[in-house]
Amino acid sequence: MWHDTAGQFARSLIDPDRAVPDGLTGDPARFNVYRNNVAVGLQDILGETFPVVRELVGDEFFSAMARAFIQALPPRSPVLIDYGGGFADFIDGFTPARSLPYLADVARLEWARHESYHAADAEPASIDVLTGGNPSDIENLRFQMHPSLRLMRSDWPVASIWQAHQANTASDLSSLPEEGEQVMVVRPHLSVEVRCLEPAAFEFAERVASGTPLGRVLEDSNDHPEWDASACLGALFNVGAVCRVV
Amino acid sequence: MTTAGQHMISGCGAGIKPAHYRDILGQEPTVGWFEVHPENYMGAGGPPHAYLTEIRQRHALSLHGVGLSIGGPNPLDRAHLDRLKTLVDRYEPALVSEHLAWSTHQGQYFNDLLALPYTQETLNLVSDHVDQVQEHLGRRILLENPSTYVRFEASTIDEIPFLKEVAGRTGCGLLLDINNVFVSCTNHGESPESYLDGFPFDLVGEVHLAGHAVDGGGDQGLLIDTHDRPVADPVWALYTRVIGQAGAFPTLIEWDSDIPEWPVLAGEVARADSILAAASSNEGARDVA
Repeated sequence: MWHDTAGQFARSLIDPDRAVPDGLTGDPARFNVYRNNVAVGLQDILGETFPVVRELVGDEFFSAMARAFIQALPPRSPVLIDYGGGFADFIDGFTPARSLPYLADVARLEWARHESYHAADAEPASIDVLTGGNPSDIENLRFQMHPSLRLMRSDWPVASIWQAHQANTASDLSSLPEEGEQVMVVRPHLSVEVRCLEPAAFEFAERVASGTPLGRVLEDSNDHPEWDASACLGALFNVGAVCRVV
Repeated sequence: MTTAGQHMISGCGAGIKPAHYRDILGQEPTVGWFEVHPENYMGAGGPPHAYLTEIRQRHALSLHGVGLSIGGPNPLDRAHLDRLKTLVDRYEPALVSEHLAWSTHQGQYFNDLLALPYTQETLNLVSDHVDQVQEHLGRRILLENPSTYVRFEASTIDEIPFLKEVAGRTGCGLLLDINNVFVSCTNHGESPESYLDGFPFDLVGEVHLAGHAVDGGGDQGLLIDTHDRPVADPVWALYTRVIGQAGAFPTLIEWDSDIPEWPVLAGEVARADSILAAASSNEGARDVA
């Protein structure tokens, strides 16, 4: 019995066109409090996870887009930290946002930051772990990257757009780079770092992060004269992106 | 399991929001204990766990769940219970609580605390769910009275007898949310004083206070449990009345949206503390007399 009533209640909650469920006493309009709580609560959560997307489109547009997303892909878990992973792909297919072709990638960057923030903790390794071993051992070394590391490549200057919307930077979108950007997101300790990488350094980082032994990465470097292997490796350790060498 | 009435913590506490992490760790310890929604700490790591660990080293903690859907018709989510157990083991909270409400149906989560009918069927269901939670966690929980906006024709039991019966069957305690009492009673045209006169204070392990909104849409009789502003004066008056009648309870100020600067929230906690202090000095005066 309760199962049926709850099912009807649940369906009416997320579909505003559906009638208020049967079996309630008093003013049926009060059911809308629940509808509103659910819709606004989830919109607010998406707004907190995607603040730059919200700024780019404005509150009203963001609410409408978030509502459409929530109806298409409602949360499947009470752990709302995990809610919003599909938002970027949804924006890709959201026709009214088509005039902002970089919007989905901004959402991808914000989701990467969100995941990085909540990722498992690990102590970053120092580059000193590479010194002292014999050369053949070093060739077989593989890098275990920090659990918070995310690498993303965009056709748009996504990190520059994101940076221009941070409170501590003057918002100057007139000087945005014209090319796409390759972004590294990592949280070695408490704060999430967003770094723009040169294409070569990004390819190198992807190769290292894929678990390829160092010897193979260095061999590949011969085919990529633009890779400055020691500088790239130094930068990865410096930012705290490597936590173990095995 | 502790017995009812024996409080694991005392005085007044505040809900923790990330905006206040640094304030809480930097404060003179005027706020004695803290509460979080465990769902916000079910990520793997990062600042939430780092700050909560540091706060826990200095203060008692309460875990106040919003995601178990104890009143829902579906079986409890075992994965969610496991996550909750992991947090209970890690943070050793003084109190663990949940709501007489539901939030999940057939795997879809609604992010709100929804009303349920009070019937023999739901009484059995809620009691079974509370049993399962307590068994899984290996400890007693507190169950909170909800804010409600609708009621069900199918209901055959009043809320207080329902709560008492669940507590009687399962051994759980109750979390008395006085703002919820005010909101629900106003919404249903009933007297919050009469409701509170019937409440089983011997089962109460914690009291909640929070702010609510009067519906702006023209339904002046409708209050909404928003947790986005200071506690309203009539709710303070009910709190003073409860403490005067029943003595001190660990009391928490909830503020979950439109988060103020920390001193504003700490001021609300201090106000609750002063009501507890006044009541205990009156009690002392009675003892002397």
